[in-house]
Amino acid sequence: MNESEFIQILSSIILQATPLMLAVCGETITERVGVVNLSLDGTMLLAAMTGFVSAYLSDSVLIGFIAAGVVGSLFAIIVAYGSIRLRKDQYAIGFVLTLLGDKLSAYLGQNYTRIPGPRVSHLGIPILKDIPILGPLFFDHDLLVYFTFILVFVTWWWLFHTQSGLKLRSAGERPEAGFARGVNINRLRYVYTIIGGALVGIAGAAYSLDIKLGWAEGSTRGLGWIALAIVIFGGWSPIRGALGALLFGGSKALAAVLQRQYPDVSLVAFNTLPWLLMIAVLLAVGSDLTDRLIAIAPRRLRQQLRQSLKIRPPAALGQPFTPGESGDV
Amino acid sequence: MTWRKLLRTGWPIIPVVSALLLTGFLLIAFGVSPVDGFGAMLQGAFGDYNKVLNVTAFWVPLALSSAGLILAFTAGLWNIGIEGQIVMGAIAASWLALKFDLPSPWQIVFQLLAAMIAGALWAGVTGILKTRGRVHEIFGGLALNNLAIIFTNYLISGPWQPPEGGTFRGTAPFQDKAILPLFADSRLSLISVVLLLVALISVYLLLRGTSWGLKLKALGKNPRSAFLLGVSSERELLIALMLCGALAGLGGAVRVTSWFDSLRQSISGGIGYLSLLVVMLSNFSVVPTPFIAYFFSAVLNGSITLQLRTQLHSSLGGIMTGVMVLLVLLFGDIRVFNFFAHQKSKELADE
Repeated sequence: MNESEFIQILSSIILQATPLMLAVCGETITERVGVVNLSLDGTMLLAAMTGFVSAYLSDSVLIGFIAAGVVGSLFAIIVAYGSIRLRKDQYAIGFVLTLLGDKLSAYLGQNYTRIPGPRVSHLGIPILKDIPILGPLFFDHDLLVYFTFILVFVTWWWLFHTQSGLKLRSAGERPEAGFARGVNINRLRYVYTIIGGALVGIAGAAYSLDIKLGWAEGSTRGLGWIALAIVIFGGWSPIRGALGALLFGGSKALAAVLQRQYPDVSLVAFNTLPWLLMIAVLLAVGSDLTDRLIAIAPRRLRQQLRQSLKIRPPAALGQPFTPGESGDV
Repeated sequence: MTWRKLLRTGWPIIPVVSALLLTGFLLIAFGVSPVDGFGAMLQGAFGDYNKVLNVTAFWVPLALSSAGLILAFTAGLWNIGIEGQIVMGAIAASWLALKFDLPSPWQIVFQLLAAMIAGALWAGVTGILKTRGRVHEIFGGLALNNLAIIFTNYLISGPWQPPEGGTFRGTAPFQDKAILPLFADSRLSLISVVLLLVALISVYLLLRGTSWGLKLKALGKNPRSAFLLGVSSERELLIALMLCGALAGLGGAVRVTSWFDSLRQSISGGIGYLSLLVVMLSNFSVVPTPFIAYFFSAVLNGSITLQLRTQLHSSLGGIMTGVMVLLVLLFGDIRVFNFFAHQKSKELADE
């Protein structure tokens, strides 16, 4: 392997990870505001199908993405309405929507499988793309990839460095405190759950219009669950989540490389990689492994390490909020 | 809100009618008249004696895993990993069927036992990941599902490939004594029905009549206070999960030894995920579960006939059941099976 091949692999990892980054970013927003939208896998399948078919029929990629975003926000509205207004189990609703999205995508997309359609066109950024190494890595993709990068940073900045972001996080951490300061918690939850769902929908279309071109039954199956796991691994931060998405994109590229190196090993063995990685990353953040790692670090670094490594879900995640009622048990 | 009031008064009929309306609309949208479509589904499910037997044969493993899930849900666990537990049960039963040659009744007995053990162990992995590694059972279970499915594909395409080779679809058919005795020409085994009844009654008695059942309920309702009262949560959670896995594994064995005669690529066929829906609709109680599972089985078998007759995708049946469950989840304050779940909803109302 020479340098240009290596850079090419890295560049393809970034491209592969783009839809995951989008989905992770969307779900991070949703969970930061205190709602768990478990329906990611079904939402992405239905959105991938809708996005492809709409783009195919209208011959416009943009319309495909808009349609996919609408599908994503519709599913999010069901989750939000069920958990906020009706106070029902959001896990159960999300899970049923997962299956429903899967089945709906198989049925509605049955006449559009395995046909070529429109795709997001490549758009290298002049001048910047000629920078050695960085150019081909970051500035020689398409609009979707740039949009995703910008979105991840904007979301991070929005969450942690603006007033609105503070309100958003208060709804997921201590809704009663936010409410006392005049924040309409449930309205915020609706709004951000819908925005998050729209991003998940766009992520689905990112597969069918950019990464795994076209539609086939179950084409993105499993990726929604991986995105949900990355949200946890990313500690509910868009940037760490994006890094997690890159890790999973990288595991796929690694599998491809390993497969070429060891053709004797059965192909199916490499398919286990993302799932083993999923267990591994959740173990890494869930078990006391991080604590032990921090304990062996030099004393001066411990505080800093603890701050950057220890993660904790939003305190009121998944809990319904009624004004005037304390959330504490 | 008046329309919510309307929903409440018109209750049990509304989810069913809405699901039928939506699927009817989906049929029209794809150029099939709903009369023909639903007619095909009905005939596919109950059209003749053999069809009924097949619906029943599909129902057995579905109801088995649903029975197991009631235990897991009672403990407050989301055992999504049930799909993988079914698959591992099927693999264990197939292993004995393909690689061992035992005297006649023992062959099948050990296959079923091995399947239960495999299912329980696979569920145990999810449990250990949860209790020791703090990996939520949804994610642990999901990853293990996919690993189990990948393992099946590996076995079928590699070590257990039939000698004539070539296909990626399944192993060679099992020897006769490794298959459950089948009823007439169908894929139904009466032994599996008996096993299912035993499982349902055991689960019912476990939850109703034992202190262990009570502990489990306490855990599911409020893990923290149960811990303070001295219920060791880790052990109870693991046992509940592993019992669920054992029943799911048995379901997997029934799949390979009666529905099929070999290990196939999609051996579970989504039964695990479907059983989660069944149990949600039954409001986590035992009595309505087998009836709902039978209804689901009929819808699914019917939609396969629909596909054969009209070339429409058979996922329509899944859409129908999914919409029903979603509506019941969202608006099911007055429950469809109020008659059965009377006690349960009263308990919930008291909370």
